Amino acid sequence: MGFKDFVFKKSLWLFHFGGASCNNCDIEILDCLTPRYDVERFGMQLVGSIRHADVLLVNGSINRKDKSRLLDIYNQAPKPILVVAIGACGCTGGIFAEGNTFAGPVDKIIPVDAYIPGCPPKPEAILAGIVKLLNKKPEKKKTA
Amino acid sequence: MLKELFYYLVYPGFVFLAISGGIIVWFDRKVTAWLQFRKGPPFLQPFYDFLKLLLVKETILPARGSKITFLLAPVLALAGAMVAGILILPPATGLNTGFSGDIIVIFYILTIPSLTYIIGALASGNPLAAVGASREMKLIISYELTFLLIIAAVILKSSLSISLEDIVAMQQHHAYIGSISGVLLFITGILTIQAKLGLIPFDMAEAETEITHGSFIEYSGSAYALIKLTKYMMIFILPVFLCAILLGGLKFEGIHILWSILKVLGIVLLLTLIRNTNPRVRIDQAMRFFFIWMNLLVIIAIVLILFGL
Repeated sequence: MGFKDFVFKKSLWLFHFGGASCNNCDIEILDCLTPRYDVERFGMQLVGSIRHADVLLVNGSINRKDKSRLLDIYNQAPKPILVVAIGACGCTGGIFAEGNTFAGPVDKIIPVDAYIPGCPPKPEAILAGIVKLLNKKPEKKKTA
Repeated sequence: MLKELFYYLVYPGFVFLAISGGIIVWFDRKVTAWLQFRKGPPFLQPFYDFLKLLLVKETILPARGSKITFLLAPVLALAGAMVAGILILPPATGLNTGFSGDIIVIFYILTIPSLTYIIGALASGNPLAAVGASREMKLIISYELTFLLIIAAVILKSSLSISLEDIVAMQQHHAYIGSISGVLLFITGILTIQAKLGLIPFDMAEAETEITHGSFIEYSGSAYALIKLTKYMMIFILPVFLCAILLGGLKFEGIHILWSILKVLGIVLLLTLIRNTNPRVRIDQAMRFFFIWMNLLVIIAIVLILFGL
């Protein structure tokens, strides 16, 4: 692991994109920032602007209106950016997968680096996903 | 020539300011975490953040903005913070620089980072950045008068000497904080620094929740890294300046090293406590706060100084 990779993984800044979510995953994501779970231990913090972000957290089912927004956000992000799909809706579509307005799970729209399933995933599951993301071997550069 | 380069780049210049600024930022974040019963970031976190932004991330230029001004603004901000540090640190530690009247130059140079944030924000062509820049402008208008009055009061207190080194030397035995007027000046000084650093009661220029980092919304990669570094430096320089004008300066010999570090950390601790126990105020509330209440306090302090208190 090179020096650049090391500093990158030591300070991941999170940007939160909620699709057509039931808000349950949003609440569980915010739980990770509370005193009990505290992801700032790993150097992570929530940022307000996508230009500062290193990790794009996507949750909720992505419908046709969200799709263009998600693509916009992804294209505005400075590379390298990691994408994490959170919750059953983000990973597969969940109960909305057959729906009329459903525009495909997140990995059909943008490349995804980690999946955290669950409806909603517990904060422990999100932390486990984050640790797996941190320990992941650096891959070949993929094309968006 | 080599000596000047050393002063400018190593001590008290770039490297020293950057490293001590990073440590102060870690202290600030760690105390914040402790206040919220969290564990907090590791010691090297500010440096990881800076290196990640500088080395790894892509720098995106605005399509419709002025690209050169956008990229030049962080460089100028960094240069301003560096020059301010170089002018403040030697007199604050009791070294003679042979520069009389430097306190006035310092007052002007300390404004440069905020001004360049405005320029960079307006050059980025983003409407939210323009909102942030306008708020930053109003904030500058409100706190600069208070800051100038504080400096004027300190000059008056040290029998009209305008050299920072003389002001520090005059507090050898009795620091100015030991008098009533000194306490008033210290209170206003802390709040002015809070606004100058853009910390929470006065962070409306980069309010994350309403205008998503405001002035810095379009910055990414190495340009944002320079802005972060400027912020690290400023959070170190301004407490040192307050130490120099009110708390008797810093000394690097024997047990005084410990006192000097404790003075700076104490001021940063106060800033952190204020930051963590207050909500963000609106811009009009901030202007009223500085124009009426802070100026009133400083003027009371000046009157007290005239009576010798």
